[in-house]
Amino acid sequence: MALRFRGLWLGLAGLVGFGLLLELIPRVGVVSDRYLPPTSRILAELGEAAGADRLWPAVGNTVLTWGIGLALAVVAATVLGVVIGSVRFLRAATASTIEFLRPIPSVAWIPAAIVLYGPVRAGTLLIVVYAAFWQMLVQVLHGVVDVDPVARDTAHSYRLGRWARVRWLIWPTALPYVVTGLRLAATVALILTVTGELFIGTPGLGAEILRAAAGGAVGLTYALVLVTGLVGVAANLLFRAVERRSLAWHPSVRAETPA
Amino acid sequence: MRVLGIVAGRIGLLFGLPAILVAIWWLASADSEHFLFRPLPDILVAFRETWLGPRLVEDLLPSLSRLAQGYAASLVLGIGAGVLIGSSRTLRALVEPVLELLRAIPPPALIPLIGLFAGIGDTRRIVIIIAGCVWPILLNTVEGVRAVDEVLADTCRSYRVRGLSRLRHLVLRSASPQIMTGARQALAIGIILMVISELQRTDRGIGYTVEQFQTSFRYPEMWSGVLLLGLLGVALSLLFRLADREILGWYHGLRATQKESR
Repeated sequence: MALRFRGLWLGLAGLVGFGLLLELIPRVGVVSDRYLPPTSRILAELGEAAGADRLWPAVGNTVLTWGIGLALAVVAATVLGVVIGSVRFLRAATASTIEFLRPIPSVAWIPAAIVLYGPVRAGTLLIVVYAAFWQMLVQVLHGVVDVDPVARDTAHSYRLGRWARVRWLIWPTALPYVVTGLRLAATVALILTVTGELFIGTPGLGAEILRAAAGGAVGLTYALVLVTGLVGVAANLLFRAVERRSLAWHPSVRAETPA
Repeated sequence: MRVLGIVAGRIGLLFGLPAILVAIWWLASADSEHFLFRPLPDILVAFRETWLGPRLVEDLLPSLSRLAQGYAASLVLGIGAGVLIGSSRTLRALVEPVLELLRAIPPPALIPLIGLFAGIGDTRRIVIIIAGCVWPILLNTVEGVRAVDEVLADTCRSYRVRGLSRLRHLVLRSASPQIMTGARQALAIGIILMVISELQRTDRGIGYTVEQFQTSFRYPEMWSGVLLLGLLGVALSLLFRLADREILGWYHGLRATQKESR
């Protein structure tokens, strides 16, 4: 327990130290404060923006696009992954296609998304879903294949039906992979949500950052980037909590607690 | 005869579905009058005329060279800092929240800020690639170094294996599977950033060229650029797999025997 508190204090000290460093660098004159405003000014800008009426709708838009895209990708990839993964022929027949489609950078679709949809949410969703889908699908496929032979034979001996096998054998085996895929997909989806807002022009934090930067409001730009980072931190914490809850039974999580 | 059958089956599985998909694309787009979805042969002709010529050198090479420079710098920075941070418990506790925050910022959001510092030249685009690639490598290295097997560490201590040879034979070796995982994630992010770092204020590069085709309504050429990016992604991931087999061959072999003996 004492160790955990020490870690907490050190972490806090690290954050404060980082803030102080960014305060001092422009104050001393290492970098002009036109490029890097001191921390205090960034925080003041952040406070002002939080009171005004542009920031929160932008945060809402970003989170909404991200959430919809992630949900679409995760549902599609999980269903397809379980179906393909549990039939040997399908797995073999789709492997080359998946290996080819997966590394296509999602940003390659940006020009097409602009022409097809224009600066609306659908355009950004296209690239978000594409990127998150493959992250998730590959994890689910790995997970479904990883079934323990003894568990499979046991299920066989007890004559578990198709659905019972999916529910009690394949799903628990795949779950750790699914959760990892979810976390990776969430990170990538957020990156592409902001990318879409910056380059397709979908409303959200990315579009606000571009607006602030184009207007020369450097302090506000930094404040908005900070907000984007905080959204990312919140997402990471959320999915780590999901991981701990849904895998509380799993040996890898159980072993961690009494450290 | 049977061997022949097996080989034919393999080839069928490998190329069957891709062939069907391409055939569907070919047929469905054959008489397409849609302004955006052009017939596949048009795109293939555009591909040959656009990319198999001087553009290969003038647009593809600068993009790839920036990607290589940014990726290499990220590897050096990420592994270097990761080994340092992973080896010290105090340092790790001190910088962890800061790293969590910095990592969570989607790299494209930094593009306007990096523009302030690094102007609009090549440096700026390389810095953008580094800003995205370094985090997966750094965080995975920290995790890998932290999880060094304690028996091995004690053995090294007993045999007084120190300094560089400890780093090389113990720390980097046992962290390498994790580092490779980070490097793989970083490569995917690097390709994305290579493209979008060119979307504004550039005059050369794949991302820029594809965007030009889009804004000037030359859609077959635009699709050919999308195709090129796809091929590039596939080629780089194959290259990575070769490197992975070379560097982590010992690890994959170990895992395979462990799985068998279980």
